[in-house]
Amino acid sequence: MEFERPLDELEGKLASLKHLDVSEQPELAAEIAELEAEVARLHETLYAELTPWERVQIARHPERPKTDDYLQELFTDVVELHGDRLFGDDESMFAGLATLQGRRVAVLGHRKGKNTNENIRRNFGSPHPEGFRKAERLMHLADRFGLPIVSFLDTAGAYPGLDDEDRGQALAIAECLAALSAVRVPVVVVGIGEGGSGGALAIGFGDRLIMLENAYYSVISPEMCATILHKDARRASETSACLQLTADDLVRLGLADAVVAEPRGGAHHDPAMVFEGVRTALGTALESLSAVDRATLPDSRYQRLRRIGEIAGG
Amino acid sequence: MPISDWFKAREQRKYTTPTEASTPSDVPDGVWVRCEGCKRTLYMGDLERELMVCPSCGRHHDLAAPERLALLVDEGTFEEVDAHLRSADPLEFTSGKVYSEQVTAAEERTGLNEAIVCGRAAIGGRRAIVGVMDFRFIGASMGSVVGEKVTRAFELALAERTPLVLVTASGGARMQEGMLSLMQMAKTAAAAARLASAGVPYVVVLTNPTMGGVTASFATLGDVLIAEPGALIGFAGPRLVEQTIRKSLPKGFQTSEFLLEHGMIDMVVDRRELKDRVALLLSYLAAGDE
Ligand SMILES: [Zn+2]
Repeated sequence: MEFERPLDELEGKLASLKHLDVSEQPELAAEIAELEAEVARLHETLYAELTPWERVQIARHPERPKTDDYLQELFTDVVELHGDRLFGDDESMFAGLATLQGRRVAVLGHRKGKNTNENIRRNFGSPHPEGFRKAERLMHLADRFGLPIVSFLDTAGAYPGLDDEDRGQALAIAECLAALSAVRVPVVVVGIGEGGSGGALAIGFGDRLIMLENAYYSVISPEMCATILHKDARRASETSACLQLTADDLVRLGLADAVVAEPRGGAHHDPAMVFEGVRTALGTALESLSAVDRATLPDSRYQRLRRIGEIAGG
Repeated sequence: MPISDWFKAREQRKYTTPTEASTPSDVPDGVWVRCEGCKRTLYMGDLERELMVCPSCGRHHDLAAPERLALLVDEGTFEEVDAHLRSADPLEFTSGKVYSEQVTAAEERTGLNEAIVCGRAAIGGRRAIVGVMDFRFIGASMGSVVGEKVTRAFELALAERTPLVLVTASGGARMQEGMLSLMQMAKTAAAAARLASAGVPYVVVLTNPTMGGVTASFATLGDVLIAEPGALIGFAGPRLVEQTIRKSLPKGFQTSEFLLEHGMIDMVVDRRELKDRVALLLSYLAAGDE
């Protein structure tokens, strides 16, 4: 990642020095030791106070654990359900049934790919209307059969394509929002990477919101915000701070309930640690919601939404 | 002068509810304007008589909220609610323009407190809860206050079991309120779902332009979706779509007529027939409550 470049450079230099024979050049040993200390120092400072823009870059890291990884690591007996029954099957949206520590649930998730081929098939995790309509189908199914919904957010946003407009992208998202607001089962959302605007929100609100430490959730991408305000996407670093899109921001704004810690430098440095954190957070959320009378869930979810927003002269 | 200039001049005027004065008529006579559709020069008085629809090409020019109310509701019946709600600046957003200053400027320019005006009214003798958005107010983007007023309109319609009619125009979410703005989509959609399950009618009139987070939430959850001719309605802005597909867009893309053809809305209705059409629809949809 861009902000890691100084560290990459130092580590590169260190590696090349280590290739040399120290016995022939004794002064090298001191230099190596000094560099090692510097690398360690930089490791401390670089990741100690990540800026919002740096977190956005971590959230987008290609090696960051994805919905598929969580499905594989946290769930058993996964059954994927395909298609929107109207037009097609959108591979950028996962919908299925699965078991989480003995608990049967319905799972939704934006689906980025591990490689270029997979990413092309999955449209880099940006759903078409069919993806949202498949998700909506799963919401109704979960409601009818009493399955709690676990939803993983990881999308840059709904796809802004021509065909998507033809097929009612906005309407597909709106229907998801209406459906999700009314399900009589617990809804737990986990922000694992990118939470891009309406495409994330369509499956991205409920009774609990868990955010990974470096995941973000935003009304607009920092780049597009910078383009609109300054006609300069390079000012995304500035706008990502203004938008208050980090996990901590969301807690402060009263939108997120829990933050799952990530290893230094991001989830991809130690995925096992993050899987464990998400497993625990999901377990806690589902357990606390299991005690609630399900018929009251749509009302309490509505009250939760109802409190959001700041108004003068209210 | 071009119509856009006339609108600028009109922006200086203070907000008056249609019960006090029928707004379009108090412009001096003899003003000539140029239609933005066909570029013809029109006599302002003629244009106003046609409710700002060009008699030559049918172009529907934008309306301010008071003007919209004047043509939609029965004269003297509008009682505004929640007029006092005003935007705060929860994120203290300062990138680009200072948000709080933008709000103040919009208030002064439009005479409105926010981008939507809501209230009780009658349409063709039928009671309705009505909300109309005003694009002049920061592009009628949806922040906390627009979301709250829309939600309260749904709740009022539900409490009084009175049909809701919303006239939308919006550039989308108000990014200066960050996630608080995005969540208004979920809040308003949830309120719409509750009204729907209670069986109270909800009619939407989509006007130019209705985009982004508003289209992707309460604006398309109506029992009946009406659009004004030639309105731009969609999710992603046309420029973004063009950049994404790297091709020029087909003619008429994201217009009302395009949406009708693709099965996304129920009808396109000329503004001059809108009130009668809404009243007729309400007579059908409210049948169960009579
Ligand atoms: Zn014309």
